[in-house]
Amino acid sequence: MFIKRFLTSFGRYVELMGRTFQRPESWRMFGRQYVKEMAQLGTDSIGIVLLISFFIGAVICIQIKLNIQSAWMPLWVSGYVTREIMLLEFSSSIMCLILSGKVGSNIASELGTMRTTQQIDALEIMGVNSASFLILPKILGLVTMIPLLVIFSTVSGVIGAYTTAWIGHIITASDLTAGMQHDFVPWFFWMGAIKSLFFAFIIASVSSFFGYTVEGGSIDVGKASTNAVVSSSMLILFSDLFLTNLLS
Amino acid sequence: MIELKRLYKSFEDKDVLQDINTMFENGKTNLIIGQSGSGKTVLMKCIVGLFDPTSGKVLYDGRDFVRMTKRERTQLRREMGMIFQGAALFDSMSVLENVMFPLDMFSDQSYKERRRRAEYCLDRVNLLDAVDKFPGEISGGMQKRVAIARAISLNPRYLFCDEPNSGLDPKTSLVIDELIHSITQEFQTTTIINTHDMNSVMGIGEHILYIYKGHAEWEGTKDEVVNSDNKRLNDFIFASDLFRKVKEVEIAELH
Ligand SMILES: Nc1ncnc2c1ncn2[C@@H]1O[C@H](COP(=O)(O)OP(=O)(O)OP(=O)(O)O)[C@@H](O)[C@H]1O
Ligand SMILES: [Mg+2]
Repeated sequence: MFIKRFLTSFGRYVELMGRTFQRPESWRMFGRQYVKEMAQLGTDSIGIVLLISFFIGAVICIQIKLNIQSAWMPLWVSGYVTREIMLLEFSSSIMCLILSGKVGSNIASELGTMRTTQQIDALEIMGVNSASFLILPKILGLVTMIPLLVIFSTVSGVIGAYTTAWIGHIITASDLTAGMQHDFVPWFFWMGAIKSLFFAFIIASVSSFFGYTVEGGSIDVGKASTNAVVSSSMLILFSDLFLTNLLS
Repeated sequence: MIELKRLYKSFEDKDVLQDINTMFENGKTNLIIGQSGSGKTVLMKCIVGLFDPTSGKVLYDGRDFVRMTKRERTQLRREMGMIFQGAALFDSMSVLENVMFPLDMFSDQSYKERRRRAEYCLDRVNLLDAVDKFPGEISGGMQKRVAIARAISLNPRYLFCDEPNSGLDPKTSLVIDELIHSITQEFQTTTIINTHDMNSVMGIGEHILYIYKGHAEWEGTKDEVVNSDNKRLNDFIFASDLFRKVKEVEIAELH
């Protein structure tokens, strides 16, 4: 029963993506939508990314320094661990998990409302491929912006860590710098960036699927929005497991 | 001209439309009337292809819409304009952008030409002063008029309106009706309107199709509609006191 429902949804999802990835009818309009989505999904998320990353960076640093570090550990360990956690997991996976809440519900409720108020029907009547017109710019827009958000997140986390040194005086800035520079592996950055591309695709396409296929009224839009967030979070977690294994 | 031949539509458990045969001519306002739930919206959605009919033909000037390929359908749709029950304006775009949308999408004209065309259409519906407003900032009647402007921006050959008057006061309804009627005559479009507003029926009903529980119960003009002896049609039309009184007066005058 559950499996059947899952397979039906998956089939419909693949079908929708088939209609989404088609040549835009008007490049002019596609360009306009693409820029709009980059702003709405990407730029508008910078604030929350900076804020959360800043605090997590600071908290990780404090935790390691005050609760984990003991006498036999080198002094650079706090900075080192903070950097690796941000790069390896937080700035890509956890940040995308958070974004799936913000961006996913945004996409699902926007498309769901367009569906229930017949705006999508109106597009179809005009002879526009509504799936491609609405969904493709969202997917490409978020995929374009996500590496940028990853960078912002990492940088903000590092600044957060330094704040604990400059303002909190919990750790000295030179210990922190030593840790931040210790044994740096550039691939870790690329790994986060690559993972984030997959996650961005999951967030945008899965949320679009739930929003686009809404039937009914505002209650159903609300449900779709919840389902979008839950499903894309689950998918991010699972694919994180595989991708991390694959890329390490 | 749009022809329907032996059109059936059923959902999983329920037959909604049965054996609809009719012809909607161009240059005329064709009305589909019927009680709530009789299947008007489903019929219109079958005509424009938002639903696939279970069986039967929908002929657009002889071209069978149901059997067309996807590409042919898209092509044909660029000749259609539709005004939805709730206007269905794009609420992320301003009034002007809404009206320009079909042009932006499908015409190669320069920005200036497209804008001029959109302004002409907005002028047509008397909304030139609202170009920069957003759909959320204007009244329901104005939204309907913007929807009309958007629907006619590409000079459609076929115009569809699903209850253009629902939720509007009688005077605004009249304006909308007259607008659709004059556009139909001017551009010789094939216009189909769903309605249960008797004022529209008496005002602009050049060809009226009465749907009763999913089948075509009666067909005729607005002059015939009041004098018909079809009981179901009379029950529908004279449900309102006003129209019953009008009829009584008419009969009294005859004697
Ligand atoms: N997608 C659908 N699935 C199943 N049944 C449907 C669907 N859409 C409409 N129906 C059924 O078809 C019948 C006709 O509905 P329709 O919306 O055409 O009525 P209507 O004549 O437009 O009414 P109103 O004047 O209230 O708009 C109703 O009984 C409705 O339940
Ligand atoms: Mg209806």
